[in-house]
This record gives sequence, C-alpha cells and structure tokens, in this order.
Amino acid sequence: MTAPQIVMQAKGLVKRYGQVTALDGADFELRAGEILAVIGDNGAGKSSLIKALSGATIPDEGEILLDGQPVQFRSPIEARRAGIECCYQDLAVAPAMTIAENLFLGRELKREGFAGNVLRMLDKKKMLEIAVARMADLKVGIRSMTQAVETLSGGQRQCVAVARAAAFAEHVVILDEPTAALGVKEGNMVLELIRRVRDKGLPVILISHNMPHVFEIADRIHVARLGKRAAVLNPKAISMSDTVAVMTGAMPPEKIPVECLA
Amino acid sequence: MATLKDKLPPLGQLGPFIALLIACAFFGATTDQFFSAENFSLILQQVMVVGVIAIGQTLIILTAGIDLSCGVVMALAGIVMTKFGADLGLPAPLAILLGIGVAALFGLINGLLVTRIKLPPFIVTLGTYNIAFAITQLYSKAQTVTEVPSLMTLLGNTFQVGGTNVAYGTVLMIALYLGTWFWLRDTAPGRHVYAVGNNPEATRLVGIPTDRVLLGVYVLAGVFYGIAALLSVARTGVGDPNAGQTENLDAITAVVLGGTSLFGGRGVVLGSLIGAVVVGVLRNGLTLMGVDSVYQVLVTGILVILAVTVDQLSRKGGR
Repeated sequence: MTAPQIVMQAKGLVKRYGQVTALDGADFELRAGEILAVIGDNGAGKSSLIKALSGATIPDEGEILLDGQPVQFRSPIEARRAGIECCYQDLAVAPAMTIAENLFLGRELKREGFAGNVLRMLDKKKMLEIAVARMADLKVGIRSMTQAVETLSGGQRQCVAVARAAAFAEHVVILDEPTAALGVKEGNMVLELIRRVRDKGLPVILISHNMPHVFEIADRIHVARLGKRAAVLNPKAISMSDTVAVMTGAMPPEKIPVECLA
Repeated sequence: MATLKDKLPPLGQLGPFIALLIACAFFGATTDQFFSAENFSLILQQVMVVGVIAIGQTLIILTAGIDLSCGVVMALAGIVMTKFGADLGLPAPLAILLGIGVAALFGLINGLLVTRIKLPPFIVTLGTYNIAFAITQLYSKAQTVTEVPSLMTLLGNTFQVGGTNVAYGTVLMIALYLGTWFWLRDTAPGRHVYAVGNNPEATRLVGIPTDRVLLGVYVLAGVFYGIAALLSVARTGVGDPNAGQTENLDAITAVVLGGTSLFGGRGVVLGSLIGAVVVGVLRNGLTLMGVDSVYQVLVTGILVILAVTVDQLSRKGGR
C-alpha cells in the first residue's frame, strides 16, 4: 500500500492565552480525499487547532504545511486565498439576502467593461448562473437561488453554508459543527452533502460533538486532548464508547489496540 | 404551496405606498388646492432637505444603527458654510465644501466611536447631537447668517416644466436617491452594507472588513447631511442655527415609514423618498386644511409608531 498523500499538516502547534495553554504541541494531519473528524472535550484545544488551521489565530509556535509547503496565515482571508474554506457554527449566512448573494458574499463578480470598471456594477446574472451550477453539482435541491435564505428550513440553510465553503474551496473544507441544532432528517441531509463534497475529491475537516454523525461519515477521527493530539482512530475498528474513553482520558493512548489506530 | 402572501412584497415595503395613497385621497377630498402640479412641486421643495438627510439615515439604519444627530449636524454644516462664505469671505465653492467636510467629520467621529470603542450608535449620536448643537450655537452666537453668497441659494431657484416651477434642489435630491439606490443594489460595497446589517459576524467571517463598511457609511451619511445643509440654505436663504430641529426626527420617520427595518439589513432607499413625501404631504395637507401645526407633529408621531409596529410584526411573522 502506498503512503496516502497528505494535504495539510501541522507540527507542534503551541498557542497560549495568558496563563492558559490552549495548544500544547499539537500535531495534525489531513489526507487527500478523506473526511477527518476532530473531536475532543471542551477545552481540549479543538477549536484553537481549527482557528490556527483556518488563519483565525496565529499559533505561537509550530508550523503548518499545505501540500508540503510551509504556510503562515495571518487572517482567514489569507487561508481562503490558499484554498481553505471554513463554515462556522452558527448558520453563518445573511438571512435577508438571496442564496446566490450569500454564496458570493465577499467575492462578488463585477461586470466587464464600463459598467464594471467605472460604475462598479455587479454581474448578478453570471453569479446566479455559477450559483445554480455549483449547487446542482453538489445536488443541493433548492428550487431558486434568488430566494432569501430566511425562507429556507434550518437544514437547507446549513446546506447553503456548507455548499458555500465547498463550492469555492480548492484545497480543504473546514466545517465547524455543521449538524448542531438540526433535526434528524435535516442532519442527514447535511451529512449527505458532506459526503458528496468528499466524493468530489475535497478533503473535509469536520468538527463535531455528535458521535453517531462522526461514526457515520468520518474516515478517520482525530482526538484532541489537553492541547495535544491524543490519537487518530479508525471508526471502523473502534467502538463509540472506547472513542469517548480516549477523549475523556479514561483510556490512555498507549492502551488503544493497534488495529484501532489510523 | 405558494400563497398570495408569499408572492406579494413584504407588507413593510408596500406600507409607504398605501400610506401615501390614503393621505393623498384624504387631502384631495377635503381640500381644493391639494391636487395641483404647483402644490406637488411645493411639497417636493418642502421635503428636499428631509429627503436628503433621510438618504444618510437610511444607510445607517440599514447597518442596524441609528443617527440621532443628523438634523443638528446639518444645521452646523449650514452655519459653517454660510459664515465661512459671508463673514470670512471665503470663495463660495470652498465654503460649501468645508461645510460638507464638517458634516463628514461628524460622521467620521460617530463611525469611529461605533467601530473602535463599540459604543451603541444610539448613545454615540445622542452625544454628538448635543455637541453639534452646542458648537452651532456658540459659533453662530445664536444669530442667523443673512449675507449668504448667491451661489449657495442657486439650488433653491426653479425652472419651468410645462408651466410648473421645479426647484433645482428637487432634481438634485432625486438624482441622489437614484445614485444611492444603484450603489446599494448593484455594487459590492452596497451589498456589504446590507450584509453588515443582516449578520455582522457572518459578514466578518467571509472576510469583509465590517468596520470599514460601517465607518464608510457614517462618513457618507455625514456628506449627505452636508448636502442637505446646502439645500436648507438655498431654500431659506439664510444660515439658521436652529435649523434641523424638526428634520432630525422627520428623517428617521421618513426612513421607517419607507419600510426600512430598524433591525437592519432590510429596506430600499427609494422607500425613504416616499416616506419623506408622506411626511411632507401630511404637513402640507393639514396646513391647507388649516389645522394647527401641533397636530402635524402629533400625526407624524402616531405614524412612526405605526410603521415600527408593522416592521416588528412582519419580522415576527416567521420570515
């Protein structure tokens, strides 16, 4: 078996907030074409890790490699330029604006020629066309891209938020609790979408508290604990309760059966 | 299933038209002089100051803010431009620009306090309202500036369209509305104004510098108040330190009547023009009926509460 291609890697990340050490030498590894779940108790360094990877915070020590090249993101915009798209927890969309507008928020397309260069006019038609194409690509079944996001159900809204990240990411999609606050059916809708994103070839980092969801779609599980990476588990080999035991520290990493590691 | 209610624009956006139609029908039925081109032209001249202030106010309310200092900042800008022109003898165009600049500076101060120190716009502009009022009174010594350069009253002049006098200021007001409407609707910075009012956190996370959007909106609003000051000077022919007292709340009334939500992110700037005209029609119609001007204030007060109620109810209506 050939070694899997590593898309994103972090080595020995340290992040301190005053007296608190949020990241204490954390490692991280994301392979091509996988869904990597990141789990951990509150304060395990999960969100600090994700913030460092997405440029929302700058780590004090350690390095981040994208396709083997060292990168330093000073802002989420820089991470985005490098092809890393993030979808944040609390339905990060503008409700009164249309789906197409939300997809292109912050990366609007201007018309060509006089209308675009002098009047700075937006090319709404082109943006709408691309929005329809990208959403069809991801099989998001929403009738009209010109309806306001607030007319959608919670699950559909979350699909728009996930699709926005997936539609423009070239390297990595980071999803922070995308199924939180959704019902069973709507959660499944979002999980289906995440699978399709992976099947398109984009690796997905999925932060979630929802163990059944994690076990349903993750290829590997990164367990954060005490600011470090406790283990990377294989969800097909380990049980849910053992995973929780690793997460809480009840099962020390050295006692994990070798076949359960990934 | 799509019902008729889904197909119609939200009630908040139809409200101003309905209010305008009812007001016109009422005054048309009760007074003889109301329905005449001359009277409508007069109403537009009466609303041009409030109308232009309301453009700036709309921008700020779209970001979920509010500007209580608008009318008083306008009065200050009017005093500055007339005194600079009349007393200091500066060339009129320079004096006008400096007046508009002072209003923009107040916008900048409001914007900096809102974005840097994260103070609520309500409190910030309540403070600058008093500051601008005091500076206006101190600088003008509470005296009206009368020797106004003729260039400053140019916009108050009229030209004939089919026998009706139309003021240049009215044309300027409508042009400013159309320009702002285009900017808000068809450019990226304009859409970002809506996004900031809708969900500031989401807007920041997609990489839009929300503080710069807000700051720009407050400065731009100041520029509109400055232009309104010029219109006020043109209309009255003097620099009046007590101008802007009624315009201050009338502008907010116009915006809210025009269907822009006080919660931010929803509204169309052209609605504010209708809202301003509604206020103007009420004032004009009640005057024609010979009603005491105190009742005009009473009616505007009731109207604004009605409009905000509609806004609140349509938000709670689940959409």
